[in-house]
Amino acid sequence: MKGAILPARGWADKLTALFWRRPGLLLLLLITPPLLWLGVVYLGSLAALLLQSFYSIDEFSGVVKEEFTLKTYAELFRAQNLDIIRRTVLMAGAVTLTSAILAFPIAYFAARYAKGAWKAAFYLGIMLPLWSSYLVKVYAWKLILAKEGILTWAAEGTHTSWIINGILSIPGLESSSLSTSPAGTFMVFVYVWLPYMILPMQAALERVPTSMLEASSDLGATSAQTFRTVILPLAMPGVIAGSIFTFSLTLGDYIIPQIIGNSANSIGMAVYQLQGTAGNIPLAAAFAVVPILIMLIYLALAKRAGAFDAL
Amino acid sequence: MRSDLSLSDPRLSGPRASLGLKAAAFAGLLFLHLPILLIFLYAFTTEEKTYQFPPPGLTTQWFGVAWNRADIWPPLWLSLKVASVATILAIILGTLVAAAMSRAKFFGREQLSLLVILPIALPGVITGMSLRSAFGVMEIPFSTWTIILGHATFCIVIVYNNAVARMRRLSGGIMEASADLGANAFQTFRYVLLPNLGSALLAGGMLAFALSFDEVIVTTFTAGQQSTLPIWMYNELIRPRQRPVTNVVAIVVFAATFLPILIAYYLTRGGSETAGGGK
Repeated sequence: MKGAILPARGWADKLTALFWRRPGLLLLLLITPPLLWLGVVYLGSLAALLLQSFYSIDEFSGVVKEEFTLKTYAELFRAQNLDIIRRTVLMAGAVTLTSAILAFPIAYFAARYAKGAWKAAFYLGIMLPLWSSYLVKVYAWKLILAKEGILTWAAEGTHTSWIINGILSIPGLESSSLSTSPAGTFMVFVYVWLPYMILPMQAALERVPTSMLEASSDLGATSAQTFRTVILPLAMPGVIAGSIFTFSLTLGDYIIPQIIGNSANSIGMAVYQLQGTAGNIPLAAAFAVVPILIMLIYLALAKRAGAFDAL
Repeated sequence: MRSDLSLSDPRLSGPRASLGLKAAAFAGLLFLHLPILLIFLYAFTTEEKTYQFPPPGLTTQWFGVAWNRADIWPPLWLSLKVASVATILAIILGTLVAAAMSRAKFFGREQLSLLVILPIALPGVITGMSLRSAFGVMEIPFSTWTIILGHATFCIVIVYNNAVARMRRLSGGIMEASADLGANAFQTFRYVLLPNLGSALLAGGMLAFALSFDEVIVTTFTAGQQSTLPIWMYNELIRPRQRPVTNVVAIVVFAATFLPILIAYYLTRGGSETAGGGK
């Protein structure tokens, strides 16, 4: 009996035996470093953010008073700050909706019709813009939307300048060029976050079984009916998953509105400016809590709609 | 079943896309790619004060000018340093989480997976502002390490995604076989797990590097007065000096992210997992 079991050859074997007898121990060893890192660095920081948001700033000396107060949160409800929040949420909603509409044909084609090499090309074609440098993409749009840039040139060449001028005369979007109008900000947001919408959408569409579509047409549905009653509901979790990205990313971004647009404040820009030049860290922290709350509500709604199965 | 039939029989080869759908899909792809090309074109323009199109003339002088600009090199080195260290940390931590997740169901498993994803699911401004608050509360001065701390945190999920997808595909049988053949846990790790996991970790590392190298949102909160290459670029976008030089740097940043992504794609190709399933 004893001969069948090899003798332990040193500490490595002894440890292996220990792991075998106590699987929990190995798990503990594996999980402790990342848990410590994420727990201390990330959750710790989030706690610090919350803590700071309950501090306030002394209006005369500009020094942070480390006493619990709700004064800073009350400042969020000033008309100008509410306006910033409202405008940012509106922008995030518009960007999400437009991304969903633009993403659908790409995702649908890639999921259902692209085969072999085309499939790979589509995958890379979506993946590369998603991962390639964010700042470079934003910069590219500064070149495109500039008054003397390619878009104006192309519009003049095709006699469609009236479209651009029309957009720029809409109240709220007025500016001398798209690169300094909120319309430009919107376009860049859609461009930069579009791949984040396509991928989960495509994943959801790929899971729609062909047999269901066949069944639908066998039962006499037109392709429009099949689309509306079979494909769309099944793709919805993917759309919602994608919208989490587009919504959340737009909500917190402060680079794009600063480089392209009329520098009207957004939540991200408010946080950035308050912690930087203004030196009002408590109010910056309180502003940063706003997107967290909005996203928590959004995530709770998305979870109910079953979006997380598609992530 | 049906799939082998469909190859030979055109009637069964599945529905064809309508022309409208095809056009919309390809137009969408073009929309995603064409803007980047302009970055390349404008690196050669002779006009340095505006973004005039078409460029009045073409020149290659800006590459030399960029090379000789002393203010570009320190940010480049800093970015490389930060991205390398953050990637190594993310590979270690991400692999550990993936290994733990693939083992068993345990208490808090769902919460852990949420915790890993959170730094990237929440807007970057929150991660940045949180770290900034923590440094403020604990009176930690800004340094290269404060940047790395932030970058490693959101890079963990990238490595984790790749590693966990590979582990899911890996049959548990080979680990048991290794143990049955007398290998201890470390030998199994070295000779069985690592060779199987290697390319997924490398892919995850590549993506983490690309993400860290061009990150700007979190970095502005954790860098203080330091300047990484994206921060340098960001300042140039707000207060342009020699615009084509910015384009040359943009090409460098683009290449430094593009190549790792491409390599990551080829490393994880064939598997059903997506190299970057959710950035």
